[in-house]
Amino acid sequence: MSDRVGVVNSAAFARPSGSWLRRMLDRPNVLGILLAAPAVLILLLLLAYPLCLGIWLSLTNAVLGTPGHFIGFGNYAILFHDPVYQEAVFYAFFYTICSEALKLSFGLGLAILLNRQFRGYRVARAIMLLPWVAPTVLSALAWNWLLNPQFSAVSWLLIKLGLTHSYIDFLGQAWPARISLIVVNVWRGIPYYAMGYLAGLQAIPKDLIEAASIDGATRITIFRRIIWPLLWPVTTILLSFSTIWTVTDFQLIWTMTRGGPLNATQVFTTLAYQRAINGGSLGQGAAVAISVIPIMLILAIIALRSTREGR
Amino acid sequence: MTEISRRQLMQLTAAGALAAGVSGGQAFAADTPMFPIEKGAKLQLLRWTGFIESDDAQWKKNTEAFTRATGVPVTIQDISWTDIQAKSGLAAELGSGPDIIMGFYDDPFIYPDKLVDVSKLCEYLSKKHGGFFSVAHSYGYDVPQKRWIAVPIGAPGAAVVYRDSWIKECGYDSFPTDFDKMLDLSRKLKKNNHPIGLALGHAVGDGNTWCHWMLWGFGAKSVDADNKVAIESKETYAALKYAKELYKTMIPGVSSWLDVNNNESFLAGQISMTINGISIWYVAQKKFPEIYKDTRNATLPVGPVGHQTMFNLFSQAFIFKYSKYPNAAQEYLRFMSEPAQMDPWLTGMEGYVTPALKDYTKLPVWTSNPNITPYRDALAHNHAVGYAGSPGRAAATALNDFVIVNMFADACVNGASPEDAARDAARQLKQIYGT
Repeated sequence: MSDRVGVVNSAAFARPSGSWLRRMLDRPNVLGILLAAPAVLILLLLLAYPLCLGIWLSLTNAVLGTPGHFIGFGNYAILFHDPVYQEAVFYAFFYTICSEALKLSFGLGLAILLNRQFRGYRVARAIMLLPWVAPTVLSALAWNWLLNPQFSAVSWLLIKLGLTHSYIDFLGQAWPARISLIVVNVWRGIPYYAMGYLAGLQAIPKDLIEAASIDGATRITIFRRIIWPLLWPVTTILLSFSTIWTVTDFQLIWTMTRGGPLNATQVFTTLAYQRAINGGSLGQGAAVAISVIPIMLILAIIALRSTREGR
Repeated sequence: MTEISRRQLMQLTAAGALAAGVSGGQAFAADTPMFPIEKGAKLQLLRWTGFIESDDAQWKKNTEAFTRATGVPVTIQDISWTDIQAKSGLAAELGSGPDIIMGFYDDPFIYPDKLVDVSKLCEYLSKKHGGFFSVAHSYGYDVPQKRWIAVPIGAPGAAVVYRDSWIKECGYDSFPTDFDKMLDLSRKLKKNNHPIGLALGHAVGDGNTWCHWMLWGFGAKSVDADNKVAIESKETYAALKYAKELYKTMIPGVSSWLDVNNNESFLAGQISMTINGISIWYVAQKKFPEIYKDTRNATLPVGPVGHQTMFNLFSQAFIFKYSKYPNAAQEYLRFMSEPAQMDPWLTGMEGYVTPALKDYTKLPVWTSNPNITPYRDALAHNHAVGYAGSPGRAAATALNDFVIVNMFADACVNGASPEDAARDAARQLKQIYGT
């Protein structure tokens, strides 16, 4: 009985059916397009359309509620001479480069530490994730208290340790504020790198490291010649995605400083929000946001290539 | 217990005054609808979360009374006041959202063409309740279009909040009424280890409030009446020079202060004076009895210009043209502005919102406690955002870019000369105003 059914089904597959729809669906290129269509539609609607709209708005003098007229690169020309925009560009780069360098270094270090099986290592790994899983606004508010000029627990501790005599104005001066925000961003972002690297480390075949040890390689040589090269694909992926998130960071800065003091901690996102939503200049706000796209594009290409290479 | 009795007493007094005709004796005409309500109307209101508990509660009660009287259900959504601007901007852009929004500053002037003409309602309210304060007019009346685009509600006004015993230690019986004496007192307070504290960070309300007040107090302004940048002036330099001296008397760290920091510092007993809404005094009354006993509120001192130059948060209600029920929305705003609703709302808040309509400043609540009275006068001599120019998108951008606050911070915190700080501000203002 079962043999007979098998024969019938094979025959059905082998010869084209009479239905036009079935014939079309049997073609791999048609079926492929149909299966991919929902995802493509979602991407077009949710990503391509807002992006194109943003680019268009940046080329107009649109204000909230009115579509505006095409003004070419007028908004970009204004931004080029705008001192606030220049400060935002500077700090966005400074913030991103410093944060990423520190997150990568500490994340890798933490992953190496957690890659060993010690008592309570599972709990340690779970605790490590906490800064990453806590909502950004909540952790920003907590840090605001920690760095508060009058009630800072950090200052209190430093005074008790005899390292300073008075409360430190972490967020009131340009450079301390810039550095404080980087510290908070690093605190939040380390778990992401650590988890990524931990997965990468566990994927490295142990026999490679053992063979190198037997051959007399030092720990540093093993790291430089075996571990780091094998972690490189993971590094590029982690770095690319994390950089994209850091460049587009908004909640942390808005909650803690709103771009102040003066405009010392202004970045693309805070300025774009300030101009487009609060100030009503949609065109100019869009230009601020769009001006970051070339950087994001380069990072996205790197991330995609790394993903392919990693595969 | 004492508190409840006192508030009940005030509400009874308000009701008594109402019956006596505080608002022109027309209070009982409030229930007659002025606008023909659309069939099946229902409304959505987006408003700011009350700064004071009784605000939301009384507003809700008044709204329920409106629904009972008209059959129109009203859904109230309240969010933090700093988020209103973004929400209303999106509503204007998308052409969809709440029927009525209670916004701030010059929000309606960013998208005036999207708003329902409320001239009939505003003229009625103005005529019936003693007229609007001039700044309320600026925040609701669209001069180029010659029409009202928003119904002025009022201002969570600012006043000086200070510690009475500490200023007495410095030889002052009451808070000074001019800038020179205020500086003298601040120096003495600092010497006694009681510094003052005024926000110099990106504090939307507090930072903008005191910096604009001080700038205007010296007769300086961002732009002239034609919206031409006028910040580089000897008056601005004088204001910045004065601010630099005042800054020396402040607690360290004010340059990072956002809107909440001065409240916290005052209630922690760390500062002797700040400029704020009535919330500090109100919270002290509930939670910090020792500080409350010593806390006083006073009208802001007057600068060398010789008259009061306050700048306050200001809220007005506007109706979007996309609303299917513009008449119901206007009727709702009229109902809420009538004495039967407005009196208990204002009285319950004990002075948090200074009304835009002059007659409501005659309510007994304003004189029920000398610490409430300064807030009554918060709108009497107030300039609008963008003074001496007109409110609108450029003024909103300048305010949101903190141009004036940053100029003060640059001079006070960074040590920039008044000329350099004003030059940087002028450069930004020229970008914004396109002049």
